[in-house]
Amino acid sequence: MEVYLDNSATTRPRDEVIDAMIYMLKSTYGNPSSLHRKGLEAEKEIEKSRKIISKFLGVDSKEIFFTSGGTESNNIAIQGLIKKYAKRGKHIITTKIEHPSVLNIFKHYEEKGFEVTYLDVNEKGIVDLKQLESSINDKTILVSIMMVNNEIGTIQPIEEIIEIIKKKNKDVKLHVDGVQAFGKIDVSLKSLGIDTFSFSGHKIHGPKGIGGLYIRNGIILEPIIFGGNQEKGLKSGTENTPGIVGLGKAVEIIKNNFNDEKKHIKDLKKYFIDKVIERIDNIKINSYTDDRCAPHIVNISFIGVKGEVLLHYLEKNGIFVSTGSACSSHKKGRSHVLKSIGLKEKEIEGAIRFSFAFYNTKEEIEYVIDKLEKSVKDIRKITMR
Amino acid sequence: MQRIVSISFGEIALKGLNRSYFVKKLLGQIKYSIKGLGEPKVYRDQGKIYVVTDDENIDQIVEKLKKIFGIVYISPGYRVEKDMEKMIEKAIESIKQTVEHKEVRTFKVQVKRADKRFPIKSMDVAREIGAAILRELKVLKVDVNNPDLLVKVDIRDYCYIYTDKIRGYGGLPVGTNGKALLLLSGGIDSPVAGFMIAKRGVSINAVHFHSYPFTSERAEEKVKKLASLLAEYCGKMKLYSVNILPIQREINEKCPEDEMTIISRRFMMRIAERIAEKEGIDALITGESLGQVASQTIKSLNVTNSVVKRPVFRPLIGMDKVEITEIAMDIGTYETSILPYEDCCTVFLPKHPVTRPKLEDIEKSEEALDIESLVEDAIEKMEIIEISSQENVE
Repeated sequence: MEVYLDNSATTRPRDEVIDAMIYMLKSTYGNPSSLHRKGLEAEKEIEKSRKIISKFLGVDSKEIFFTSGGTESNNIAIQGLIKKYAKRGKHIITTKIEHPSVLNIFKHYEEKGFEVTYLDVNEKGIVDLKQLESSINDKTILVSIMMVNNEIGTIQPIEEIIEIIKKKNKDVKLHVDGVQAFGKIDVSLKSLGIDTFSFSGHKIHGPKGIGGLYIRNGIILEPIIFGGNQEKGLKSGTENTPGIVGLGKAVEIIKNNFNDEKKHIKDLKKYFIDKVIERIDNIKINSYTDDRCAPHIVNISFIGVKGEVLLHYLEKNGIFVSTGSACSSHKKGRSHVLKSIGLKEKEIEGAIRFSFAFYNTKEEIEYVIDKLEKSVKDIRKITMR
Repeated sequence: MQRIVSISFGEIALKGLNRSYFVKKLLGQIKYSIKGLGEPKVYRDQGKIYVVTDDENIDQIVEKLKKIFGIVYISPGYRVEKDMEKMIEKAIESIKQTVEHKEVRTFKVQVKRADKRFPIKSMDVAREIGAAILRELKVLKVDVNNPDLLVKVDIRDYCYIYTDKIRGYGGLPVGTNGKALLLLSGGIDSPVAGFMIAKRGVSINAVHFHSYPFTSERAEEKVKKLASLLAEYCGKMKLYSVNILPIQREINEKCPEDEMTIISRRFMMRIAERIAEKEGIDALITGESLGQVASQTIKSLNVTNSVVKRPVFRPLIGMDKVEITEIAMDIGTYETSILPYEDCCTVFLPKHPVTRPKLEDIEKSEEALDIESLVEDAIEKMEIIEISSQENVE
């Protein structure tokens, strides 16, 4: 049996998505910038996708921009905002548990002389709101916070965060990295008042190499990519039309099945966690098990087990998961997220992330539990003496 | 345009009656390694080998030749008929090319006349070509003692002209000196050890020990890549991939924890020797360097060595990590070696490994194990992978 439980890393594209992309590659291959009919056809397809996505997010289609994915969206938004507002102040805020595509931008600006606040998080990854409040000042221009953490699934209280920001300094812009939230939890951007929000295609059973950025009406970014002024000058370069249409298709399907799929994933995860607790001792669940965690992610430490070894044991049985740390034999590679939530060395070393998708079944979960129990037992027998 | 690469071989020339065997081997390897790069022609002429090629392929051919053991110098140049006018023309062309990528202020023309029937004496040829160069390239000056550039004119059946000389690794052509089995880990040392023994003309196969699923498939890919990088120097090889986890499990269960590494090493040596025996291989190679880790102290080496009869070559034994790393960088294996994956030694690393094991103690601990069946079982399940140089790896 093959069970893919690494859906936070990437997801299997849906057949409908692949078909839509093939159609674009084979028939509607025109360059949207071309004046002739072939170009117009392609442009129409792009606008169709833009509309689907904007409806899904409850925003205006003019507010959706296509990019090459989450990393590029984060870069366009954060760098674009900083470049635009740097003359107003040089203080920027993010959290300690962001994705590298955000953290590395902040490190870059820190080296360039910006003052950066990296917010602490609690033992399950929720940002320290008091610290947020106390760190915002007149010089602050930007706060960047992920909506759902990719390693432990924690959902940030964005509404409260916005309230705090607006109370302290209403000129501060808020970027939200929504890559793990998009298509997984309810996101109503309009009512929240987020300024920019990034998302990606391949996390929602769409294609890789395509993503998007929501930019609230009235927010202006300095471009960081220059060229033929596609996407209103923010993402120059010929549009990835198959990708855009594939992304649109993926969103359309999610939109139509959102509640059913979400419930299915949530039930599976709950069943999985219950069984793990029942059958395997000496574990630590690093994620919230209630609604403060995204439905598709759970992170569990198996004490006395090296995550990488367990990963290979499971892989041998056709089960694909991810370790909490990139590489357990090199301290440098230890997960910054798990470190930030205060896990001990042993807990970080034995951490595994399981991430689910709608096509996973209960039978699969039974199989995984069985293999997981056996593997953990066997590894512990060998390494714990 | 027609170009020439002249190849000199050092040590081989001293091989007396066996010399032609060595040269033939070298000739074969040269032909094999440059196959497909245009239509190069290879021939011998009085103690040198020449490759005739074209402008387009010459750089790639030189790169390939650098990796063939037994070659001491490689000189890309020109071949012309023995006609003064043509010789001058090529000498100027050759020097112009060099000046493009190298700062040159002074030069010297050095003429060797193997063909004494050529009517003009060496000194006169040199003077005439030198004068022509001075007329053509006015910025250059002659310096006979310490020139930036040496223009070599070699008058034989043809006249050969060179302005460049590249060092090869020397040594002996691979395959002229028996076979050895390299214990290849994913680290920095063992590929270097393999390289050094291959340089002595030894053809190489490799054995790799892994602990899947304790180690990853990526770690194995990395070892395959290392083997393929080595294969650029020592030709195709077989990689015997052995899962040592069942053995490590047994040791872990039945032997003292601090002896884990040393007993594992003894098993690796036993398995390597068994493979060598089956495949008609005469010696083993390891990348051990004295005192680097617990299993590489003199006492430990003694204990691991005592399970095998064949000679174990340890070319790095007296080198330190910096020296080894330099060679790894030079031969192009370093970048791959430092990729971070668990290997079979780190997974079971004891907290306090023994550094001064006593043979009797270890042998006593091993009594708890069924050594013969563990070794046989590991060999029965091993995988044999054919490795060729890098471009051909899937």
